[in-house]
Amino acid sequence: VSAALKEGQVTPTELCQRCLSLIKSTKFLNAYVTVAEETALKQAEESEKRYRRGQPLGVLDGIPIAVKDNFNTAGIETTCASNMLKGYISPYNATVVQKLLDQGAVLLGKTNLDEFAMGSGSTDGVFGPVRNPWSYSRQYKEKSVPKSHSEDKDSHWVVTGGSSGGSAAAVSSFTCFAALGSDTGGSTRNPAAHCGVVGLKPTYGLISRHGLIPLVNSMDVPGILTRCVDDAAVVLGSLAGHDPKDSTTIQDNFKPFELPSLIDVSKLSIGIPKEYHAPGLSSEILSLWSKAADLFKNAGAKVIEVSLPHTRYSIVCYHVLCSAEVASNMARFDGLQYGHRSDVNKSTESMYAATRREGFNDVVRGRILSGNYFLLKQNYENYFIKAQKVRRLIANDFVKVFRSGVDILLTPTTLSDAVPYTEFIKEDNRTRSTEDDILTQAANMAGLPAINVPTALSERGLPVGLQFIGRSFQEKQLLTVAKWFEKQVKFPMIQLEEVKKHDHGVFQHQKSASLL
Amino acid sequence: AAARGCCGVWRRAWQRRARGLASAPRGRRDVACNARGGAVPAGKSGLASWVPVVGLEIHAQISSNSKLFSGSQVQFAAPPNSLVSFFDASLPGTLPVLNRRCVEAAVMTGLALNCSINKKSLFDRKHYFYADLPAGYQITQQRVPIAVNGSLSYSLCTDNKISQMVTKTVRIKQIQLEQDSGKSLHDDTRSQTLVDLNRAGVGLMEVVMEPDMCCGEEAAAAVRELQLILQTLGSSQAVMAEGQLRVDANISVHHPEEPYGVRTEVKNINSIRFLAKAIDYEIQRQIEELKNGGMILNETRAFDSKLGCTIPMRDKEGKQDYRFMPEPNLPPLILYDEKSLPANMNHQQVVNIDWIRERLPDLPSVKRAKLVEQYGILPEHSFTLLNEDGLTEFFENVVKKTQMKPKKVIGWILNNLLSYLKQHSLTVKESPVSSFLLADLLNLLEKKEISSTVAKQVLAELWKGEGKTPLEIVKEKKLELIQDQKELEEICQAVIDGQENEVIMMVLG
Repeated sequence: VSAALKEGQVTPTELCQRCLSLIKSTKFLNAYVTVAEETALKQAEESEKRYRRGQPLGVLDGIPIAVKDNFNTAGIETTCASNMLKGYISPYNATVVQKLLDQGAVLLGKTNLDEFAMGSGSTDGVFGPVRNPWSYSRQYKEKSVPKSHSEDKDSHWVVTGGSSGGSAAAVSSFTCFAALGSDTGGSTRNPAAHCGVVGLKPTYGLISRHGLIPLVNSMDVPGILTRCVDDAAVVLGSLAGHDPKDSTTIQDNFKPFELPSLIDVSKLSIGIPKEYHAPGLSSEILSLWSKAADLFKNAGAKVIEVSLPHTRYSIVCYHVLCSAEVASNMARFDGLQYGHRSDVNKSTESMYAATRREGFNDVVRGRILSGNYFLLKQNYENYFIKAQKVRRLIANDFVKVFRSGVDILLTPTTLSDAVPYTEFIKEDNRTRSTEDDILTQAANMAGLPAINVPTALSERGLPVGLQFIGRSFQEKQLLTVAKWFEKQVKFPMIQLEEVKKHDHGVFQHQKSASLL
Repeated sequence: AAARGCCGVWRRAWQRRARGLASAPRGRRDVACNARGGAVPAGKSGLASWVPVVGLEIHAQISSNSKLFSGSQVQFAAPPNSLVSFFDASLPGTLPVLNRRCVEAAVMTGLALNCSINKKSLFDRKHYFYADLPAGYQITQQRVPIAVNGSLSYSLCTDNKISQMVTKTVRIKQIQLEQDSGKSLHDDTRSQTLVDLNRAGVGLMEVVMEPDMCCGEEAAAAVRELQLILQTLGSSQAVMAEGQLRVDANISVHHPEEPYGVRTEVKNINSIRFLAKAIDYEIQRQIEELKNGGMILNETRAFDSKLGCTIPMRDKEGKQDYRFMPEPNLPPLILYDEKSLPANMNHQQVVNIDWIRERLPDLPSVKRAKLVEQYGILPEHSFTLLNEDGLTEFFENVVKKTQMKPKKVIGWILNNLLSYLKQHSLTVKESPVSSFLLADLLNLLEKKEISSTVAKQVLAELWKGEGKTPLEIVKEKKLELIQDQKELEEICQAVIDGQENEVIMMVLG
């Protein structure tokens, strides 16, 4: 598309309008919380002027993007899908948003999520659940939806995964070319896997968190969702590097890179962590995983089984650390400075209590409660300190494996393909998160870069992805391997029938387009 | 015995070890003394005495252009909420960025207080809900503070006689960097609370002093010395009235050879004078309470300066659990010295302890010693010179410009200048008589052109600040001593001539 823009085959405004109309026709997906039509068109117009002058700002100039609604955007509502921040308009842009805008990207809107990114289904936000675009694909319908029950055909739609489900759905339904998510325990990779898109969680500290409303500061990373690995590399290049506003970012400058088109994986050593053969892993995914390993083997790479013995403690440990930080981070929402304020005004304390009860959903309140419990003086040693030690053990597992000569780890991203919403809500948020984050979560504990690459369709016609985990700050190697793999598996294109009906022309033009 | 208070005993303990170890005299503290430094009459229990124990927690606002973790300005009495960045208001998604200047100020202060500087210190969150704490937590250094294990020597006079100065030492437990809170204004009539966040996030150094003091006077002297040190370093303006220096006192009393008593914490003390009063009151109150068979509660009390007493503060949330947690958005604070400084490090990016140490200005104690040595003045006079802002400079300027001996100059400065300024509540800088004018005047005196009585008369004229020089005043009022023998004889003759009868009477006897 970037080339098409440069050559004038399509103008930024046309592109923006097409995306906006696609957003409208896919409104039922509930991927967007806010669509910033006016500002997007204005940005597109500016971009068009630059192209006309022959001075575009770069590859991203004029490219329509979407941003998860937990990144601050000046002038556009930032809600975290919570009553607490409904109507909240931030006075500043998150660093990542600013960087995208500075490079001419067109911000279409803010995408849906679980409230404050706490969840793995994108079902627990105040704006309702996000629907997986694949629910409406020909592939899924042909295989899974019984034709006879046409009256309740709406009940078969599957979830996107989460918490960046809105962003994944937005990319997957072609309403934008790239979207920002956030990834604390798998929130970018999980929905990417379920929606059949690329989801990159970079190394902790490579991309600024300034302006990302935190879930767990020590694990949060802005995530990148795109249609292909090359696009992820482009977006990464535009976002990565030191930010004086985030003291946890790397000091060195980051050099953007392009991925080679001819890739040789024969000198690589691919590790297969045996602990990722977790209970509940579907046989489909298991066989896909071993097929992928064979692909590498056949290409001359060394494929070896490795062990990350502390992986199984990861989720429990995460639960403690996450709720502790949540309890702390959410303390600022007291109704005084911004956001929701309750009408209860008997005393300051009762106002605090009512505000927080009205503003947060059960999931958020539950984590605050347990987090404060873990941080109590008498519990701190037993929970928080222990969890921190376990975290160190988990991180050390990775260090040992990489030190032994392994370059990249290959694992499944999720235990199964996406579940129908009606099934998903049978379990509560905590149980779901525990199961769904199990394969993605350790990378956050260790701060490592990881990527979901869409691999194949399940028997039900739904996307399944595999995950690559790389060494710290070795994004180039990770993405190169991911690109090679992407080429081998030739993941099928989504065939969105309903959208096609609405937007025949637009869709045909756009569906295969990537950024480059 | 009554006159020999804790101070006297302490002095002897200290004089034997010129700069003794802080912990050395601990055993000597079980000496009967009360706030005034006198022994306390025996209590009902039959034990002879009570030992008061005083420790201090001092918050010094760091003098810096911007706040500890944000770029907003630091300024006293600016319009409400005019100095508030997004971070200070705790807008979601904002992150702290440590201000290097604040770190340097804390290192300087730590060095000046003989602390060991931790090359790696950590930041923590301390949680509590309060309207002027927008994030719901304060960023502080609970686990590993920036400086630990220091000491502060201070002097005070015994029995109100300035000539009997003793030097004591209080151990400094630690210095930690932390954020200041905002200010809440409670409007009770409209039952509103107004919040001003100008102060929110300003850098503080919390200096924790061990309970090595035993009365208000000692605490006051220690705080005064600390204040001078901070002002000399420039690390804090340390003006108590503007809240740049806030002192909380922990006070308990116990019998000799027994464990420390239950302590109370006294807050709301806004001058050094009140600090001494508050502590002495509290010590007395605790002793009375215990003597009457009562109990001391571990509580926070406020000093009421109008009533001159301490009163229990309404405990906001009872026993607080601050739920401390490491601050995840700030990496450990790493400081370097010449040895550990990496070669390829950008010097703008690092704080070098040795570099700061080499550039420390003369501390008050050194300045005093130099004054005593250079000018031959009494040690206690050197204290007075340093205690008044600008007085040392004034003194030195006068000395430079006159032939009069410094020892004599100091008398004029202390007895005349200072007492006049005190009477009129003026600072040295506001003095109507400049060092030039005083030097001119003292020169006239030194050259014997005027008598010292006349000099005082001229000084009285100079206070009026009419812009006349001492010489002009002397000429105008014809006050000069007569140097000419002949003129003097003529005057005498004229007097004698005018008083013929008296002369005759005298001659006749």
